[in-house]
Amino acid sequence: MSLTPDDVRRLARLARIAIDPEESGAVLDRLNRVLGLIEEMRKVDTQGIEPMAHALDLVQRLRSDDVREANQRDAYQSVAPAVDEGLYLVPKVIE
Amino acid sequence: MLNATLGELGSALAAKKISSVELTRACLERIGKHRALNLFIDVDEAGALAAAKEADARRSRGEGHALTGIPVAHKDILCTRAMRTTCGSKMLENYKSPYDAHVVERLERAGTVLVGKCNMDEFAMGSSTEHSYFGPARNPWDKRLVPGGSSGGSAAAVAARLVPIATGTDTGGSIRQPAAFSGVCGLKPTYGLVSRYGLVAFASSLDQAGPIAKSAADLALLLNVMAGFDARDSTSIERAAEDYARFLPADVKGLRIGVPKEYFGEGIEPGVRRAVEEALRWYEGQGAKRIDVELPNSPLGVAVYYVIAPAEASSNLSRFDGVRYGHRATGYSDLMDMYCRTRAEGFGTEVKQRILVGTYVLSHGYYDAYYLQAQKVRRLIARDFAEAFKRCDVILGPTAPTTAFAIGSKASDPVQMYMNDIFTVSAPLAGVPALSIPCGFDEKGLPVGLQLTGPHFSEARLIGAAHRYQQATDWHLKVPKETPL
Repeated sequence: MSLTPDDVRRLARLARIAIDPEESGAVLDRLNRVLGLIEEMRKVDTQGIEPMAHALDLVQRLRSDDVREANQRDAYQSVAPAVDEGLYLVPKVIE
Repeated sequence: MLNATLGELGSALAAKKISSVELTRACLERIGKHRALNLFIDVDEAGALAAAKEADARRSRGEGHALTGIPVAHKDILCTRAMRTTCGSKMLENYKSPYDAHVVERLERAGTVLVGKCNMDEFAMGSSTEHSYFGPARNPWDKRLVPGGSSGGSAAAVAARLVPIATGTDTGGSIRQPAAFSGVCGLKPTYGLVSRYGLVAFASSLDQAGPIAKSAADLALLLNVMAGFDARDSTSIERAAEDYARFLPADVKGLRIGVPKEYFGEGIEPGVRRAVEEALRWYEGQGAKRIDVELPNSPLGVAVYYVIAPAEASSNLSRFDGVRYGHRATGYSDLMDMYCRTRAEGFGTEVKQRILVGTYVLSHGYYDAYYLQAQKVRRLIARDFAEAFKRCDVILGPTAPTTAFAIGSKASDPVQMYMNDIFTVSAPLAGVPALSIPCGFDEKGLPVGLQLTGPHFSEARLIGAAHRYQQATDWHLKVPKETPL
């Protein structure tokens, strides 16, 4: 199936990516080519096949529940676009 | 010196015939001389020379490791404190990681000398290293051509003899395909063998870091340092350390080589087919046994891969929102607008396209038909390998259906580019190791890659079989035309 310009607008919104109106035609064309490629996979009979989420059947490792990590807030916030007193700054969301 | 193996370099360093400072200087000079190939995003001359000095001192104290004093370059997706980690993206143009990746730490501890960070397709999404914010990398065999991707900078830097070894990452072929296009050796290890701590995530059920080098023996030495358990990566496998060089002395007599007809069908360039079939005949001549096997679901690999990888990417790359790190747009009206503009400006075309595809296949109403279905077909592909490996020890075929193509020649149609991954996507989908080594040249004089794939944890066997071939051939010793020694 093919996507419509409306679909692309919806996906762009979900993905939080602004798309200029003048590039939306090219984006739509490329997306439809990719969907055409993956279409062949949809026809395969997979009844009763367990989905494979990971390359190896691993179980999550558990560790004892104790404090191990040092506080590295300052180091991690040194690469943030805008911080103040240990807080990440974003545009106002509550009026 | 720049065409020497790690073994030769290690002996020369140990015997004080050369110093690490001299070797590092030679690499830095050569990197500078071939800057036009655009294989590096950052080079750290001062840091490299300081590390080289320290390595020489360490050797003098008799504390050297096999790789102490050897210059190395990292793909710019591995976090380093010494230099930026850009992932080839505007989004991370000024990102300086507060910590080192596990692989970076391990190589530093072994005493290697980090000289620079290699160019790559943005966030490792691509097969040509054209999709880099820092411009396309060029192939040292012919600078009008791509070096392959996404670890194109790493593979081409080793090919051009700018550095003896480099790291790469492979999600759908990003170590092996550029190794094939550039005429060097590259190994994608078993999923979980090399820690991904500090490796910027693309598709987490597939991503794996691995070595790139001139020879199979060198791959073994580099993997010996890279591999190992790390509690900071929840997918890291706890198992006893092994020596990946232990099969180097073994011969290939009796080795059962699986030959899938799916890897020798239509769409393969004649020059590629000829070189790969000749390599197969060489193995048969050495007493290896050819076994015809089937991988009936492997032709679906590209379709499955281009559902699963974008789905996981759309989730992983949601972290780039202009809040915690990386680019933030300058003009915006509210929080939503800030996210949307930041991501529109920070990501390139290919990355945005994959995020949109991933968003679609995960979205309400399409999840079962695309993502879940892809995971089921992935199981079928993995089963094919498990069946085949009951009858053979390794699977042999071409790494890519073509040799290197011209920069810009596949830019208009993403599907054409994706089809180049047809032989490389299956190994990461099944989680098994695979390597690519040079096996000759096509009629245009471009290197052809031979791919050997094995069952989980068979790296040492693969390296041994590749090494045997390299003792009888000299394809891996050829120096590219654009970068003579």
